[in-house]
Amino acid sequence: MGPYPFSAIVGQAEMKEALLIAATEPALGGVLALGDRGTGKSTAVRALAALLPAVSAVAGCRYRCDPADRRRLCPECRARRVGGRLPRERVRVPVVDLPLGATEDRVVGALDIERALADGVKAFEPGLLARANRGFLYIDEINLLEDHLVDLLLDVAASGENVVEREGLSLRHPARFVLIGSGNPEEGELRPQLLDRFGLCVEIRTPTDIGERIEVVRRRDAFEQDPAGFARRFAAAEAGLRDAIVAARRLLPMVAVAEEVLALAARLCVALGTDGLRGELTLLRAARAKAALEGEVAVTPAHLRAVAPAALRHRLRRDPLDESMAGARVDRALDEVFVA
Amino acid sequence: MSPMPPPRPARSAAVVAALFSLDPAGLGGIWVRAPFGPARDGFVEHVRALLPAGAAIRRVPAGIDDGRLLGGIDLAASLAAGRRVMAAGLLAEAAGGVLVLPMAERLDRALCARLAQAQEGRFGAIALDEGIGPEEHLSPALADRMAFALDAADLLARRPPARVRGLGAARRRLVRMRMDDGVAEALCHVAAQLGIFSLRPVILAMRTARAAAALAGRRSAGEEDAMLAAQLVLAHRATRLPAPAEQDMDQAPEPPPPACGDDAAPPAPPETEGEQAADRVLDAARSALPPELLAALLLGQGRRGAAGGRAAAPAAATAAHGRPLGARPGRPGREHGLALVDTLRAAAPMQALRRRERPDHPGRVIVLGSDFRVRRHQAPVRSVAIFAVDASGSSALNRLAEAKGAVQLLLADCYVRRDQVALLAFRNRGAELLLPPTAALARARRSLAALPGGGATPLASGIDAARDMALGARRRGNRPLLVLLTDGGANIGRDRQPGRAAAAADARAAASACAADGIPALLIDTAPRPNAFAAELAGVMRARYLPLPFADARALSRAIRAEQAA
Repeated sequence: MGPYPFSAIVGQAEMKEALLIAATEPALGGVLALGDRGTGKSTAVRALAALLPAVSAVAGCRYRCDPADRRRLCPECRARRVGGRLPRERVRVPVVDLPLGATEDRVVGALDIERALADGVKAFEPGLLARANRGFLYIDEINLLEDHLVDLLLDVAASGENVVEREGLSLRHPARFVLIGSGNPEEGELRPQLLDRFGLCVEIRTPTDIGERIEVVRRRDAFEQDPAGFARRFAAAEAGLRDAIVAARRLLPMVAVAEEVLALAARLCVALGTDGLRGELTLLRAARAKAALEGEVAVTPAHLRAVAPAALRHRLRRDPLDESMAGARVDRALDEVFVA
Repeated sequence: MSPMPPPRPARSAAVVAALFSLDPAGLGGIWVRAPFGPARDGFVEHVRALLPAGAAIRRVPAGIDDGRLLGGIDLAASLAAGRRVMAAGLLAEAAGGVLVLPMAERLDRALCARLAQAQEGRFGAIALDEGIGPEEHLSPALADRMAFALDAADLLARRPPARVRGLGAARRRLVRMRMDDGVAEALCHVAAQLGIFSLRPVILAMRTARAAAALAGRRSAGEEDAMLAAQLVLAHRATRLPAPAEQDMDQAPEPPPPACGDDAAPPAPPETEGEQAADRVLDAARSALPPELLAALLLGQGRRGAAGGRAAAPAAATAAHGRPLGARPGRPGREHGLALVDTLRAAAPMQALRRRERPDHPGRVIVLGSDFRVRRHQAPVRSVAIFAVDASGSSALNRLAEAKGAVQLLLADCYVRRDQVALLAFRNRGAELLLPPTAALARARRSLAALPGGGATPLASGIDAARDMALGARRRGNRPLLVLLTDGGANIGRDRQPGRAAAAADARAAASACAADGIPALLIDTAPRPNAFAAELAGVMRARYLPLPFADARALSRAIRAEQAA
């Protein structure tokens, strides 16, 4: 049974858009989805990965190295390349689940104990970071994950490389993935220092509109009863979405940002008092991806406005006990800046 | 020919068992909240008997490690055989069948997360929850994925029949089961009326309706099946009472479009057939509301814990990291990594002997399972600050607002240090748990702000409740700190009778029990002038005594930090 089609997800417009932007611009820093249980966060991530076109990888490589990106090959592929052209294969974009309570060994990879003891060979057994290379790393309940693991993950996600220095092993391998975290802040908060490491942050609510709720449940039921038929119903929409992402990725390097849009972004960040430049950079990157997804070659204030809540709401300096939704503050600032 | 009685007797264990056995993976599971005993074991046996021949049923021990749960390399066997030997995990073994989770209220967080992740459509679970009180229960993430809930009364209500006929035929019917129009709408409406926000229960209810129709020999699930599903799957999740049936027509969830609208709007009938069906399903669900839940909802308390936090799931104190403690013999697993050097060191002296016994391994280090050494770590200890707030009338008069302010500042402090906090209030006749230990500060703040003041001062009950909680935190491997805010005006004893002398004696006894358990404590005196009894109590408790008039927020925060560092 294939995953549920992305275009069949009812509502949740902000989350879907954030995921599409992250798929278009993987350097954005991932998506943090905060909100209720049972809102289809994990479904959406899986559906998105299934939607994306297969990528070209070195055949048989444990890290799915990109044969076109020579500087980032893993040690094994580098050794093989000396012998000639690297064989290629098409592989699907992976989605790797990082379970709560995973040990550092499983995440980073560790000495292959079996081979060490049986053959006396010092071999590396890749971990979850290797499996997520060129795909998505999905962490449900990231707010409950051990702090030291979150640090490690964000570090790797930012550098795109996993550096292993442990148990006598010393190696590095590519680990470029889009980090998707989800969690319910009611059950424990994410450390504030980590919040702003995520590119986008969306707030998810269970739909309250009864009509929408009925449609969610109906579609889910139709999918369970006849997955193949359901997938056919949405095949055209899925293909359209895939084409849009592929086109947007191609268009992205050409999208220009005008001076006035830059100024607008700066004013917005000043008005909100976001710390550092990361917010501004992410805001612009997300706006460019949004423009590219819409097939446009220039960022307009409308693009900026559309992505601003997701790009900024988790960067506001806040009193931990101040409960007024960060989204509302961003909206207010948007109204002020865009009127001026 | 129907093997089932009509659906009226709600939450019957026999009906739940039969439905669950038709589609354990699709229906997710049964949450059995009942103490250990023959009724519970009998129920599990009964479910086992109903499952088709060959369906797996596996018990998950609480301390299971990842290797056994998810499968992996069997290290000892691999070494003995000299090649990779894989072992299947318990989850793979239970595919399509049933996992039994004993002591479900104590499953650690990581295990719950793994089970929740793996569960979706792959196996059904029977969670045996022996939790006592509102603080201890199955993780909500798992409960959300299980269609049914039963408690001790349901299990005792009727002895399930030895066997149910027609299950095989029902299973075949279920594959092609259709569903009448309107069932999805009806269940969505009922969920909305009961205040169930997650959509997963609605989907589980739809699957239940299908299973019920299959059991009853129908080809399509209809209203009757929706009613049963609402009773079995939705009723126990209610977070509010549905509006009474009479008012439903006026206060429909969606107000009908104004009649004087443009001509495109269809004439809105007072109530469509579909809405009437939804009402009938709602009535069925209302009739099945568990009595204790009904009482709680009537009091407007809702269902604490179950709706919100993961109160019971104890913080995972796996010692997979933290300060290293050195190696000891043992099996490597989730909690302990293999200490390679120590393992080889243990194997070294035996090599000559082993080579003589195994001439087929020339020149290799021969390591046996008994040589394994594992790394041990000291798990980092989490602090839990337990605030017990005197919310009585005298305290309210004095400075409840100021006490609240002080607690808020302390909360912000805890947030920075990543401590957990818990909140208790005592007034009138007893103590009330406002917030089980949590790291979610926003919730703590909200409960505190909503705390009303007034009534008598059951100081002893307050101290007792705080002590229970502190001991619970300690059992889970955390370090409790008790912060008691009171003006010392105890006037209700442990027996809930008024009387100053008895109340004071009881409070002294409760305080000395705290001291005997060695619980670090702070007593913040909220009286306008330092209260002699509060100071005495602090002495008995061996607590640091801080009169509020002299303790500004910074001093309080310093005092707590000093206490926690100790």
